[in-house]
Amino acid sequence: MNSVSDAALRAVQLIGGADPKLLDIVLLSLRVSLTAVLLSCVVGLPVGASVAVGRFPGRQAVVVVLNALMGLPPVVVGLAVYLLLSRAGPLGSLGLLFTPTAMVIAQTILIIPIVAALSRQVVEDAWSEYREQLRSLGEKRLASAATLLWDLRFSLVTIVLAGFGRAAAEVGAVIIVGGNIDGVTRVMTTAIALETSKGDLPLALGLGIVLVTIVLALNAAAYVVKETAQRRYG
Amino acid sequence: MSEPIMHGPRSLLLLRLDDVAFEAGGRRIIDGVSLALDAGSRTIIVGPNGAGKSVLLRLCHGLLRPSSGALTWSHPELPGEARRQAMVFQRPVMLRRSALGNLTHALGVARVPWADRERRAREALRKVGLEALAGRPARVLSGGEQQRVALARVWALRPEVLFLDEPTANLDPGAIHEIERVIAALHASGTKIVMATHNLGQARRLGDEVLFLHQGRLLERAPCEQFFKRPASTEAVQFLEGELPW
Repeated sequence: MNSVSDAALRAVQLIGGADPKLLDIVLLSLRVSLTAVLLSCVVGLPVGASVAVGRFPGRQAVVVVLNALMGLPPVVVGLAVYLLLSRAGPLGSLGLLFTPTAMVIAQTILIIPIVAALSRQVVEDAWSEYREQLRSLGEKRLASAATLLWDLRFSLVTIVLAGFGRAAAEVGAVIIVGGNIDGVTRVMTTAIALETSKGDLPLALGLGIVLVTIVLALNAAAYVVKETAQRRYG
Repeated sequence: MSEPIMHGPRSLLLLRLDDVAFEAGGRRIIDGVSLALDAGSRTIIVGPNGAGKSVLLRLCHGLLRPSSGALTWSHPELPGEARRQAMVFQRPVMLRRSALGNLTHALGVARVPWADRERRAREALRKVGLEALAGRPARVLSGGEQQRVALARVWALRPEVLFLDEPTANLDPGAIHEIERVIAALHASGTKIVMATHNLGQARRLGDEVLFLHQGRLLERAPCEQFFKRPASTEAVQFLEGELPW
């Protein structure tokens, strides 16, 4: 019991003192995961909205596959990206393995299906309400998809957050493609795993507190934005 | 001031329906309607619930495809061209933008040059008496105001034909009066009006001619006065007796 309370106290001291090592790890985590979220939105939102309003053969299969891919195991994604980027792999010449870029790639692949599948659902629900009006105005399907994405921007915030939560919290993919190299590719989750196994509980616990706080703060901010916007825009 | 709208002579044939039918779920909702609509006059579609009024409007507007029969426009809309017809629905669908933003979006879809959009949108909002609410988010306006924004949205597009599907259902009398004023003004500006309504008083106030629809068939077509004074079909007589409070 004593060691746990000691560790908690030291953890708080690390955070309060803005320990440079801890800060580096936190910043790298944010950089990697936010970049991955941004990239997966650029791909996932248009894909989700297009599938929502589209009519093409195999549409149902695409929906099922998108939904299933939401549950992609991070280690499997990590392994696949590892194989792609490793020396002998097809993209090995880029030399990206064990760099933050490799981690961004893995996390992006991991959360594109989340953003695409969830936005597909939200856009499809709205499409049934907007469809006749937009068609009446003469808007084409793909243009309608863009109109809907903008119209649903406040609901989509929650989806983007779900993607970020997944990216920031996973260990399996980043540890495989990043290698958890101190000062280079060590992020919060991989550091927690390592420090715990090494017995450095204060750093592990401190990082854990920061990780949970960030996710909580982002969700709270998103909630406020969404509520305010919905009151204002209906 | 608004520029004059280019329209053909008032008697010009606009749209012809030849034996148009529409089936859904094994039910024949529109059953062999043949009809020629000309530009200019205000055509009101009346009939009991389930007569097919909304479906007929959607067929004309191109939102539904007929199961059989043919719809022929005198000046068909070409693919890639802006639409020359518009529709106002029972429940207006407003985007999460300002009232003005809803209009400029529609003008954008119609490929109106960027520089003209705001001017045309503001002018249309002024015509429906909502200039003061231009900056308000459209979805938090009252039902009557939203419907007026919807009318301004189509007015800004300057359509040749406007289809209206019970635009005043669910509105209070004050709002209904305002909407009717706008529809009359839209017609006066040269737009053909085709409107389905439940409100027979409204049909009398706004209509030049009446189409009486019953179980998917067009039973009667007559000038407004004549239809209400001397309906020709027994179904129409029964319908008027059932609907009119006097």
